[in-house]
Amino acid sequence: MAAFTSALSLPELLALTLHFMLLSLLAVGGAITTAPDMQRYVVLDNGWITQSQFSASIAIAQAAPGPNVLFVAVIGWNIAGLWGVAATMLGCLLPSTVLTLYFARWGARRRDSRLLRAFTSGMTPLTLGLLAATGWVLAEPFVREPTQRSGAVALVSITLWSMLRSKLSPMWLVALGAAVGVFGGI
Amino acid sequence: MRCNEAPGSTPRPANPLELFWACNNLALQGFGGVLAVAQRELVERKRWLTREQFVEMLSISQILPGPNIVNLALALGHGYFGLRGAFAACAGLLALPLLIVLILAALYSEFAHEPMLAGALRGMGAVAAGLVLATAAKLASTLKVNPLGLPLCLGLAGLALVAIAWLRWPLVAVLGLLGSAAVALAWSRLAR
Repeated sequence: MAAFTSALSLPELLALTLHFMLLSLLAVGGAITTAPDMQRYVVLDNGWITQSQFSASIAIAQAAPGPNVLFVAVIGWNIAGLWGVAATMLGCLLPSTVLTLYFARWGARRRDSRLLRAFTSGMTPLTLGLLAATGWVLAEPFVREPTQRSGAVALVSITLWSMLRSKLSPMWLVALGAAVGVFGGI
Repeated sequence: MRCNEAPGSTPRPANPLELFWACNNLALQGFGGVLAVAQRELVERKRWLTREQFVEMLSISQILPGPNIVNLALALGHGYFGLRGAFAACAGLLALPLLIVLILAALYSEFAHEPMLAGALRGMGAVAAGLVLATAAKLASTLKVNPLGLPLCLGLAGLALVAIAWLRWPLVAVLGLLGSAAVALAWSRLAR
């Protein structure tokens, strides 16, 4: 096996893994709700990848078949190749998997316990806020660029309208986005 | 694919390998997310779960932190074959899609500067933002029946939005503070 080479040092990779492990436990609304914090950590605070690499990671995972959580793998790849993938995927999946398996094995049967209902009721509005924050963090770089602004606003609006008012599969919208981009609309 | 089905018995995967392939097929059909496909395949086609069982499994998967579809696969697999089943389901869900996504990522690294590819990814990125906002909007309809009441819910959502998207505070701090407050408030409201 080749010597350890990576764009990041080993302590940095460990820090990345640990941060994503923390996010794994905070991902109550799904991994995508932690995307703004991932962006803050890997793009803004550490500068390991650029904003457009981050945005592209999410787009690639969305277009590809399979769970959208794989955007985490693409982020890891962009940071430090396969080592980065190992760091982000392990971080993102290990803690939540252990927790889920724990509850699958030994979980309380009381589904309607007051604490559980309080947890669900309390977290739902926060999840909504986090999803809105994620949407904003993803859209903002395009909206900020004058040349990309109208295309971005149009695509976001069309997507919103289509998802809320029609049964069109999101894949058509992704294809539309790609087409608009290819022809210079954004 | 063998089905372990005798008249009157519940369909279920015969072994972890069958579960692996079933989850693999689910994932490969899941462009833009696997959950919709999962319901169609598991409930309607394979009949491994009733709709009620699926919905219950899904709601538990959503309450627990982590990717919903991964938690669902873990719960499903564990129910059939314990840890082996959980691992088989999860591996089926992630292994091949991970390979595909990494190939695409490598191609992206190679050709990122090509204007058409860069443009396509920008367009898809904008659509991705819209899809997330749509998820948020759909969630908003559940707030009407939330014990916290609509104004408080919107207030909490707004605080989370400002803290994360504008102030860029760490998620652990925001969820720690707002989450504790929200759950405590909901707990007290539920007593009434």
